[in-house]
Amino acid sequence: MIAEGKKLRTELALITEWIKPNAHVLDLGCGDGTLLLHLKQTRQITGYGLEIDHQEIVQCINAGINVIQTDLNKGLEDFQNDTFDYVIMTLALQAIQRPDALLRDMLRVGREVIVTFPNFGHWTTRMHLLAGRMPISRALPNEWYNTPNIHLCTMKDFEHLCAQLDIKILQCAAVDTAHRSTPAMKRFPNLMGEVAVYRLQK
Amino acid sequence: MPDKISTGSVGVVKPTVQHFSDPLMLDCGRALAEYDLIYETYGKLNAQHSNAILICHALSGDHHAAGFHSEEDKKPGWWDSAIGPNKPIDTNKFFVVCLNNLGGCKGSTGPVSINPLTGKLYGPTFPIVTVRDWVESQACLADVLGISKWAAVIGGSLGGMQTLQWTLQYPERVSHALVIAAAPRLSAQNIAFNEVARQAILSDPEFHKGRYYEHNTIPRRGLMLARMIGHITYLSDEAMRAKFGRELKEGKLNFGFDEAEFQVESYLHYQGKSFVGRFDANTYLLMTKALDYFDPASKFDHDLVKTLEKVQAKFMVISFTSDWRFSPARSREIVQALLRNRKSVNYVEIDANQGHDAFLMPIPDYMAVFYAYMQQVSQEVNV
Repeated sequence: MIAEGKKLRTELALITEWIKPNAHVLDLGCGDGTLLLHLKQTRQITGYGLEIDHQEIVQCINAGINVIQTDLNKGLEDFQNDTFDYVIMTLALQAIQRPDALLRDMLRVGREVIVTFPNFGHWTTRMHLLAGRMPISRALPNEWYNTPNIHLCTMKDFEHLCAQLDIKILQCAAVDTAHRSTPAMKRFPNLMGEVAVYRLQK
Repeated sequence: MPDKISTGSVGVVKPTVQHFSDPLMLDCGRALAEYDLIYETYGKLNAQHSNAILICHALSGDHHAAGFHSEEDKKPGWWDSAIGPNKPIDTNKFFVVCLNNLGGCKGSTGPVSINPLTGKLYGPTFPIVTVRDWVESQACLADVLGISKWAAVIGGSLGGMQTLQWTLQYPERVSHALVIAAAPRLSAQNIAFNEVARQAILSDPEFHKGRYYEHNTIPRRGLMLARMIGHITYLSDEAMRAKFGRELKEGKLNFGFDEAEFQVESYLHYQGKSFVGRFDANTYLLMTKALDYFDPASKFDHDLVKTLEKVQAKFMVISFTSDWRFSPARSREIVQALLRNRKSVNYVEIDANQGHDAFLMPIPDYMAVFYAYMQQVSQEVNV
């Protein structure tokens, strides 16, 4: 059991609260299956994880999580419309070739979509840019030349995209890696939130 | 038996022949009044009979999947890379059964067996058998062995088709299905290759309409050609380039047709010739037909989703990137249909340049996934 004895990432704990029991869930870029396993144990969900990395896939299998090797850049063509109660993607949106196309595809196969991404509007990132350098932080640990994160955005950018695509934002939160939320994060999410968490609907 | 690999081997094994005297009704409308199935087993069946694994073989495979037939035996069974102590199909945990399919030429009833009704070899009169017929006969063997439910049915290529068929024909008798380098049905291209192979055999003057045994001959050239064509489709362009390139056997061109000049020609000749000595042409014809005919969705308006509605097994589907005979896209068809039925399924596409043959090779990523999945199976059956 991989989740046992290990503290769940802050935003995963938050997502868990948003998921209704017995839901059918698709987790895009599910990694080692931590979130799905947690949801299975605490929300009795069913569903699948999509992952491309071989090592992570082996971890999923070890955890008894159903995993389908998938390149998310190719979309979700294996899945029919409105198949899942929730389609989740944590910290992967920024590494996708066309986040807008994938978001639309997620909303096609799921009734609700939950996405999280590193908020490029966080004050530490802004400080880096003010100093003339590309930001490196806990949420964005790579250098500009080797980062898998090719489509970074701020919470404001994301909300702008949602408006353009006619996507309804049901819920939104900003968290950091240690805290669920602080008064400052609630007041100025785009400045204080390290990780953005959104619940969306068509 | 080479010493260096004896630790991961099931060691020396002996096949068993099981006779069945109840007739087996076949898809073609005919029946086999009685028949034999030859099989091997590795590992021990537990008290609850819950740890049994069925291995289904591919086109030219047989019941000898692992271990050696004698101390002097140089080559182990065809899937020794995956079956044995501490291997993915761990014989310390599982009781593994592998049989030669009906129509085969390695000890189960087939064209080279005596037809009890005539006292003569079946030869070309052996009925065309289907994947469904095979599963039916395999279920009869399971009954004899006291196995009401397989912990897993596992197969690659044509073996993967049998695995899929098991989950449809006996959904309640399969806990896990590992479908490797397979497809839900052959493509026109697949059938085309099979037809060229068949024509090579059928048009060999030594074929004698399948009664070559009576003429004390075999359609050597036809069978050899069939195997050569097969081998081209089992390898990838990349694998052939890496293995042979344009290497010349004698280092120079001979400007003639007499001998194999390029290494790849030499390889194909060798594969073809060695096959002739160990395989029967009528069996080859039967096996290719079983492949061509396999199409479970044809009974469900060609809708694979509907076809898989009633399966109960949990699935592990594996494909290989460079396999163009049964490409990853074909495996994904199965996966997609299972997903749409909300069935338990895992899918992995192994990065491998060996082509279709990759499913028989101990590729580390492949073995890691295979091992991990079988661990889950063993935990479930408490072995």
